[in-house]
Amino acid sequence: MSNNIYLKKGLDLPINGKAAQNTRKVIIPDVMAVKPTDFRGLVPKLLVREGDKVLAGTPVLADKMSQNILFASPVSGTVAEVVRGEKRKLLEVRIKADEKQEYVDFGAKKVSSLSAEQIKESLLAAGLWPALTQRPYGIIANPETKPKAIFVSAFSTAPLAADTEYALNEQIAHVQTAVDALGKLAGCKVHVCVNAVNASATPFGKLQNVVLHSVSGKHPAGNVGVQIHHISPVQKGEIVWTVSPVMLAAIGKLFNTGKYDVRRKIAVTGPKAINPAYVEGYPGISMKDVKEFYNASENLRYISGDVLTGTNVGAEGFTGFFDNQITILEEGDKYELLGWAKPCRSKLFSASRTYFSWLTPNKKYDMDTNLHGGPRAFVVNDVYGKVLPMDLYPVYLLKACLANDIDKMEKFGIYEVLEEDLALCEYVCPSKIYIQQIITDGIALMLKEMC
Amino acid sequence: MNGLRNFVDKIKPTFEKGGKLGFLHSTFDAFETFLFVPNTVTRRGAHVRDCVDLKRVMIMVVIALIPAMLFGIWNTGYQHSLAFGLDWGFWNIVLYGLVKVLPLYIVSYLVGLGIEFVSAQIQGHEVNEGYLVSGMLIPLIVPVDVPLWMLAIAVAFAVIIGKEVFGGTGMNIWNPALLTRAFLFFSYPSKMSGDTVWTGGVERFMNEGVAFQAGNGLVDGFSGATPLADPTLANLQPRLWDMILGTIPGSVGETSVIAILLGAIILIWTGVASWKIMASSVIGGLAIGYLGYAVGATDLPGYYQLVMGGFLFGTVFMATDPVTSAQTECGKWIYGFLVGALAVTVRLWNPGYPEGMMLAILLMNTFAPLIDHYVIEGSIKRRAKKVKTA
Repeated sequence: MSNNIYLKKGLDLPINGKAAQNTRKVIIPDVMAVKPTDFRGLVPKLLVREGDKVLAGTPVLADKMSQNILFASPVSGTVAEVVRGEKRKLLEVRIKADEKQEYVDFGAKKVSSLSAEQIKESLLAAGLWPALTQRPYGIIANPETKPKAIFVSAFSTAPLAADTEYALNEQIAHVQTAVDALGKLAGCKVHVCVNAVNASATPFGKLQNVVLHSVSGKHPAGNVGVQIHHISPVQKGEIVWTVSPVMLAAIGKLFNTGKYDVRRKIAVTGPKAINPAYVEGYPGISMKDVKEFYNASENLRYISGDVLTGTNVGAEGFTGFFDNQITILEEGDKYELLGWAKPCRSKLFSASRTYFSWLTPNKKYDMDTNLHGGPRAFVVNDVYGKVLPMDLYPVYLLKACLANDIDKMEKFGIYEVLEEDLALCEYVCPSKIYIQQIITDGIALMLKEMC
Repeated sequence: MNGLRNFVDKIKPTFEKGGKLGFLHSTFDAFETFLFVPNTVTRRGAHVRDCVDLKRVMIMVVIALIPAMLFGIWNTGYQHSLAFGLDWGFWNIVLYGLVKVLPLYIVSYLVGLGIEFVSAQIQGHEVNEGYLVSGMLIPLIVPVDVPLWMLAIAVAFAVIIGKEVFGGTGMNIWNPALLTRAFLFFSYPSKMSGDTVWTGGVERFMNEGVAFQAGNGLVDGFSGATPLADPTLANLQPRLWDMILGTIPGSVGETSVIAILLGAIILIWTGVASWKIMASSVIGGLAIGYLGYAVGATDLPGYYQLVMGGFLFGTVFMATDPVTSAQTECGKWIYGFLVGALAVTVRLWNPGYPEGMMLAILLMNTFAPLIDHYVIEGSIKRRAKKVKTA
């Protein structure tokens, strides 16, 4: 069974620094971090103390609200430091890795012989339950609920994103196991979306027990939220789960090998990345582990994730739980004389035709983090729709969020979007409005009022 | 360039909070960001941003208005020369045009930007560039002989009551430039209508017997009337090309179809203004124009309605204001159509007002949110139905 979705709207950011398809380095971890801040709304409970020995798979955190949701250490080692921020908010649990990796043995299991309940227990116990994201709101799935469907986007259109086929080529068997497990766990269909460009070639197109969809279009066509919107929109009261292919591989490995093995290929990308390529690493690796990719004496921004939605972690920071991409950009804290008045700025890209970058559609740009203007009120209204392949009214949704009007937020589709889906709207906005932050605040309000 | 930057950096602390001139912070910021794209970096959300900003968008509209402005300056001199039988050469004509039009610009920008700066200062936010466009538009939609003090009051009214009380650019419900014109129109009708206000110097000659150049009186057969004063085929057929070129009396920038179309091309090409609104407004104007022709309300074929008066100028530059027009794509079609249709309806069936464009746009500005409301309601209902059946 195959369904095709053609999306016309969107924008592929022409940014330099795509990772070459080779693995330049296998990272031997030194200090790593488990970050509760990777999960929206999580109130973490610390399960370890500084100095404790942990193995790969030993739980270090739990969710205070439902304490069977555990967060595990990706490596074996010693808890080195618990980093707290303002009001003692737990930010990071740093773990100094051992030279030799040891895993907690959860026991290899055949999915076909497990019940839904047993699958749930296995995922919870091994710390892989947080891999399941619930929509609406993009929070950790509630183990007590069942979704109406599970969605997997088997490709990413985000700027410079890791190539899913390359990154997971050897893990397809694990992905199949995970898909089987999740289908059984939730008792619903698992929808997998592949890129229409290579729908027949990709190994994801050969997965069994899934509903396949082929999606064509520019970014954000690869966003799972956009795909859900076109396949089976989230209505009020409905729940869907989403899982990334990287997390599927980890779930599959848990059942096939009995280990909490979240190793993954991470794409180190960006205009300031030197010879961008892949590394073999973990979630929570330090930026210092990829120090040969950048020149630390420059004023750089280190992003875990892509340039539109990633997290600025800083030179001392660690990658996120879900991320398999690091982007290195130059900080654009420079003035530009009469920049806006120049007839053309050949080094900068604009999706609008007020500049001339549309004349060079294949050119790639060394983008930096300059805002290129000052924040203003909403003025131009038709730029957002052009990069949002969803049947929504983004400006109305954003204004509803700004007004804290829950009825209108519901009406305009707060259940269907996460920040990432509107990231391009933020990119093109001539009023320089922090659109993703508005959505974050809107979702926070919904969580507070509705739960 | 570095020298300039160093100078700005040197005087910057004086204007920061706590500095000697800290109360002028917004003003300083406006000039600084005018000269330099600021060094602000993204703090949250998308780490990279498109290099387009509102200054760029606004400057595109300003550029699109330049053909109409230049033609308006020339035409002001030309009409004067024609009225007084001066047989001026090109430079004389332009010089007279400049003498008449430049003061309008100076007043428009001084008063408008002055209020913008003060209100930004009071509210402590950055000066918005919206007035760059409004200030450019206002002199082009008034008769050239409008007294400057009236213009100043009208601009002040439009900027304060029309824009700042709503919260500044982006929050206003009526187009500020049109509001200026509406204020003048209703407060000082004698200066805004009739046959003598459209040609520079004529009013003064009538009152004081003095013209720009001594010794010349008005030529025999001078009418000074715009095409709208007598919209009949017998009157206008011989003037059709004049109307397209723009060599007729009228508000400063509204007369030349060609200059306005040049602006329209820039606006549509850069995507700054909505072609949907322009197209639907033209369709609406034509529809009612031909309807009136068919039922005998006028003997002018519909297309005459497009080249007369301020129809095209309003369609291209005023109705497309992104803040006050409809926001939804479908709504834009409805909004534009009604603007065009209403403007021509007023012309044809309301003997009190020869021109209806200004009121049509202001009325539709008022109703644009309602149009959007129903468009969105409809779209949400349709989608809910689709999801249910799927």
